[in-house]
Amino acid sequence: MSQKVLLNAKEVNIILHRLACQLIENHNDFSDTVLIGIQPRGKFLANRIAKMLREEYKIKNVQLGHLDITFFRDDFRRGDKPLEANTTEINFVVEDKKVVFIDDVLYTGRSIRSALTAIQSFGRPKGIELLTLIDRRFSRHLPIQPDYRGRQVDAINKEKVKVNWAEFDGEDSVYLINN
Amino acid sequence: MSELSVNHLLGIKYLNKQDIQLIFETADHFKEVINRPIKKVPSLRDITIANLFFENSTRTKLSFELAEKRLSADVINFSASQSSVKKGETLIDTVNNILSMKVDMVVMRHPNPGAGVFLSKHVNASIINAGDGAHEHPTQALLDTYSIRERLGSVKGKKVVIVGDILHSRVALSNIFALQLQGAEVMVCGPKTLIPKYIDKLGVKVETNLRSALNWCDVANMLRVQNERMDISFFPSTREYTQQFGVNKELLDSLDKEITIMHPGPINRGVEITSDVADSKQAIILDQVQNGVAIRMAVIYLLASKIKQ
Repeated sequence: MSQKVLLNAKEVNIILHRLACQLIENHNDFSDTVLIGIQPRGKFLANRIAKMLREEYKIKNVQLGHLDITFFRDDFRRGDKPLEANTTEINFVVEDKKVVFIDDVLYTGRSIRSALTAIQSFGRPKGIELLTLIDRRFSRHLPIQPDYRGRQVDAINKEKVKVNWAEFDGEDSVYLINN
Repeated sequence: MSELSVNHLLGIKYLNKQDIQLIFETADHFKEVINRPIKKVPSLRDITIANLFFENSTRTKLSFELAEKRLSADVINFSASQSSVKKGETLIDTVNNILSMKVDMVVMRHPNPGAGVFLSKHVNASIINAGDGAHEHPTQALLDTYSIRERLGSVKGKKVVIVGDILHSRVALSNIFALQLQGAEVMVCGPKTLIPKYIDKLGVKVETNLRSALNWCDVANMLRVQNERMDISFFPSTREYTQQFGVNKELLDSLDKEITIMHPGPINRGVEITSDVADSKQAIILDQVQNGVAIRMAVIYLLASKIKQ
């Protein structure tokens, strides 16, 4: 197994600030917007962006939720490993809101497809956007593209892109792992 | 550990501690799902489930059907009173005929103990026992212990008394297994005629005085007197049963602690518990019903994930 650093902590930090600023450009004071982290790994990125918006850019009403897509996935009973569910925490109505999905890596697009279905259980949003830290180019199975992208990466299928977060993995970094 | 150790849910005695833990954690997620504005998830849209009820049921049947529909499974219902069973068809033939219509899972209630186990050995489908005679009713025991966990934080170390007709009750047996597996202490209480001989061999305490039992416990699970299963008299009269084994508000208020009251339904109001107890804050009877849907969704989901395509 070999691994290559794609982004270090400093680079991750710069990118997060840029993404936060791009969100502010489009969503002003966030009064009409909700952020939704996609479980399990999108949660960390969503928490980080929400914290940044609140503390560094002084935006008061940032609404943040986490959405689990396990029961909406299209590969139930198809893999060897059973799917394990995570918690969904959406304590607000998404009806008529602008929703921003946040996930760490966009790969085949199937998770986002599931999230698009899952979010409908909470109402009909005015619109949905997608923010992702890593966009794996040329590997999409579905016509889904990010609206806000941290870094575009070319990786072949047997390679894995791993995003680490200080609060969970000990450091902020992104690795390309070759098995 | 994210898979059940069994392919069928035939009884609590076939489960281990991790299975129950997994079912509870999955049920937590489904409980959140059924409180959403739209309560349905598409997981089981390629699964067909047959509900075979060879014995009457309202709550369990509705609860299973709702759980199946919330998971987007296709559901067919069958009740013995309107079927060819009356014309002399055997159980295996009945079920195989249904399975030949491409059914993946069978939920069955049957008056004969062991019917689920028997079926699981002869047909090619995942079987969920929804009550087999006086033997087991596993989903009821799971939702009962899940409700205790929800109300009291955990099941471990809690003292639970099961009051009433232990002899004819599948709820009692499954509850004893489920409670003991999760580390609770169990007592049974009722008229001597309705307590099976040798039940102490299961490691439960036996008490015939209701007040002593209630003073001992944290939770009292009040069972219904199953008149339909009694071919002889087990106690002199309903009134006498109520006087000795019925719970009323005065009795509860006279205890030195507040205990939780459960009932698997259907309630005979005024017999095993009075209306003011059934409707009081100490009773979690309606929570049990709500949790029943989440627990059944979890069981069906986890078993369905083991059905290979």
